[in-house]
This record gives sequence, structure tokens and C-alpha cells, in this order.
Amino acid sequence: MNWAGLYTVLSGVNRHSTAIGRIWLSVIFIFRIMVLVVAAESVWGDEKSAFTCNTQQPGCNSVCYDHFFPISHIRLWALQLILVTTPALLVAMHVAYQQHQEKKLLVLTGHADAKHMEEVKKHKMRISGSLWWTYVCSVVFRLLFEAVFMYIFYMLYPGYQMMRLVKCEAYPCPNTVDCFISRPTEKTIFTVFMLVTSSICIVLNMAELVYLVIRACARRSQHNSNPSSAKSSFYGHKHSSEYKQNEINQLLTEQDGSFKDMLRRNSGLQEKGDRCSAC
Amino acid sequence: MDWGALQEVLVGVNKHSTSIGKIWLTVLFIFRIMILVVAAEKVWGDEQEDFVCNTLQPGCKNVCYDHFFPISHIRLWALQLIFVSTPALLVAMHVAYRRHEKKRRFRNGEKIDIEELKNEKFHIRGPLWWTYTSSIFFRLIFEAVFMYVFYYMYDGYQMPRLLKCSAWPCPNVVDCFVSRPTEKTTFTIFMLAVSGICMMLNLAELCYLVIKVCMKEPRKTT
Repeated sequence: MNWAGLYTVLSGVNRHSTAIGRIWLSVIFIFRIMVLVVAAESVWGDEKSAFTCNTQQPGCNSVCYDHFFPISHIRLWALQLILVTTPALLVAMHVAYQQHQEKKLLVLTGHADAKHMEEVKKHKMRISGSLWWTYVCSVVFRLLFEAVFMYIFYMLYPGYQMMRLVKCEAYPCPNTVDCFISRPTEKTIFTVFMLVTSSICIVLNMAELVYLVIRACARRSQHNSNPSSAKSSFYGHKHSSEYKQNEINQLLTEQDGSFKDMLRRNSGLQEKGDRCSAC
Repeated sequence: MDWGALQEVLVGVNKHSTSIGKIWLTVLFIFRIMILVVAAEKVWGDEQEDFVCNTLQPGCKNVCYDHFFPISHIRLWALQLIFVSTPALLVAMHVAYRRHEKKRRFRNGEKIDIEELKNEKFHIRGPLWWTYTSSIFFRLIFEAVFMYVFYYMYDGYQMPRLLKCSAWPCPNVVDCFVSRPTEKTTFTIFMLAVSGICMMLNLAELCYLVIKVCMKEPRKTT
């Protein structure tokens, strides 16, 4: 399991994201993970071997390095990227659960042939109902993790700048010893770069949150002004055949409108005015 | 996520490019990314270990290396290649959006062949023309910016053999020797030449797109 494995897992989630979510995922993979792997890791590669202290005292080098770098930037970024990308798996799990429910429903209504089962797997879920809440939670968690890690970085390495020289007094170093860090300017450049991309990701997440909320409110007000819909709040679909709807309603539990989507599609009915442009 | 993954992402975009765009992508992958990975990274691999200063003063080598090489060539090239290849994703996003719109129209009753939709190549017309032209423009800008950054940081494109360093804690002036300067100069010039070729290809593609649109306009008006 490496970054490529994570990419495979998250590409699947991409299908059910909003447009902003897809942009966010591209920024994460190209400007953060890829830069980390191809560039930053080689900059920090010799951070301990080239950390030099002006002393011959054995152990002083190790102790000073450990004192000033409790956890390396590279490891912190790797943790940050893993934690920030994983809330998307909540959405993936919810989608998988919904697909499982749809398949069960197909079996119940006697539509359980291979073609319909394949369609369940392939069709894109609409972000409405409980999936909307899961998606919003995942975006909130992403935001939280980003903010927490930026704060940790600031606490551990105040100012985000890498010093050229650090003065160390930890035992067994005699008195105060000058220690020199390798490639401080290059490290500062990459730290600032990763910080900027992190902020861009935070902005994208906030924009996505606002977009989701506005879309939900718009859908709700559209539904409230249209009395013919059977369900309330986020489930505003327009039905074109009441008979079919009754038949479907008998089989459905109080779940998402996506079941109705699925069955309506299978029985040749159409949804008019289905505005799902960026979902 | 590495260069291979970037290649997969960009090969998808290739389908909707012009012929010059396809040549540009090939040049990018074979003469720049591949050379970077199989050759240049090894040349610069020991750049700090083999950077030797004529002093026993601890810390002097680190400080002098940092002073003369604020950011390594390899990292700059990696960033340049990432930035230069990403505008193509704008085109990919626009194409994906158009496909999505077509699918929506299909769902609303229009007859469109699904298989054809998946493999369809969109012609570079209308808003897609603007997106494509903007992406080429951004590529040109990024190439030029990085070439300037290189020139500014390293005072020309040649790697010196000897550097004289007087940064603290080095005592007085200290001679420092760069490892493999000739090989590094060779590769720097090579990458510079290929970067120049890519810029020319981008300019040619821009001209081609503009001419294509201008030629269509008089035909429309007559």
C-alpha cells in the first residue's frame, strides 16, 4: 500500500463528488502528494546525516537533532495527507451501502438480472438525503484535519522558516554547541509551497461546503413551491406516473429518493427537470 | 503518485489535443521527464555529499552549499514539469463537463449512442477553444518563468567548478568544489534546449489555433 494505492481507492470516490471535490482531489494528488514524492522527500533525505554540530562529543549530534526535529516535516505531511484524504472513504462506504440496498430492492421487485445489477454499480449517486449529510461531514473533517496540522506545524516549527543554525545545550553537548541544518533555504521554499497548497485546499473545501448548503436550500425551496412531490425536504423528485409510484412506495422503506431513481429508470420513466449538474 | 500516474492522467487529455499538442506531450514525457528520472537525478544525487570545502570548520560546508544552491536543479525541474503539464487538466475538466452535459441530454430523452459518447473526440471549437488556448498560454508562461528563475538563481546556465565562500562560520574565504560540474552543465543545457523546443511547439500550436479560427470566420461570413 503506497500513494498509488491510495490514488486508486480515492479515484473511485471521485465519481460521486461535486466538481469542486474533483478539483480538490486533483490539487491534493498533483500539487501535494506528487510534489512530496518527487521533490520534497529528496530534499529531506539527508536531514540527519548532513546535520552537523561543531563538536566531537559523541551523541551530541543525535540529541540535538532529536531536540530540534521531534518529527520530520516529511512524516508530518504524509500523515496530514493520509488523514485529509480518508474522510472521502466515509462517502465511499455510504455509497456502497446504498448500492447494496438498491441491489436488494431489485431482487425484491424481480429485476435482478445482470444488466440491472451492472447499472447499479455504474450509476452515479446523487448527493441528497443521508448521503448529503455524510458528504458534508467528510468535508468538515477534511477542514478540521488541515487546520489541526497547520497548527501543529506552526507549534513545532514556529514561523515555517527553517533556520540555518541552531544552538544546542542538551546533554551530552558541552556548553552551547552550534549545529547546522542541511539545505535550509530549499526546505523553507518547500515548506511555504506546501503551506500555500494546504491553504488552497482549505479554501476549496469551504467553497464546497457553501455550495452544498446553498444547493440543498435551493432544492428545498424548489420542492416547497412544488406541491406534487410525494416526499419532503431533500427528496424533491417529479413523478410522471402515480400508479408506478404507488407500486414502488409499497416496496420502499423510508430511505433515499435514489431507489425511486433507479426503479423509474428501469421501468422506462423519466425524471424531468432533474438538475444534477455538478453532482 | 509519481511521474507514471501523471502520465496516465495526461494521456487521457491527449485524445482531444491537436497534432502539435500530441507532439509536445511526447517531447515532455520522453525528453524531459524520462531524462530527469533516468539520468539527471543520478547526476545530482551526490550533490551535497560530494560538495567539498577546503576547511575542517564544522557547518561551513552546509552553509556554503545552502548559500550557492538555494534550490536544487532537480527540484526546480520537477516543479517546472508539474506546473507545465497541469494546464492540460483544464482541458480535461472542460471535456468531462461537456460529456456530462451530453449524458444529461440523453437522460432527458435525446437519442445519443452511449458507446460513441465515451470514445467521442470533441472538436476544439467554441468555449473549448478558449479553454485550450488558455491552457497553452499558461504553459508558455510557466516555461518562461522557470527559465528566468533558473537564469536568475544560477547566474547563467553553467555550473562552476569552484566557488569561494565566506559565510559564517567559514573562516575568511574558503574554496568549495562542486561535484560533476561538466556533466551538470551538459544536462542543464540539454534541459534548457528541450524547454526551448517545447516553448516553440506551444507557440506554433497557439498560432495554428488562431489561424484555424480566423480561416473559419471569413468562410462563415461569405
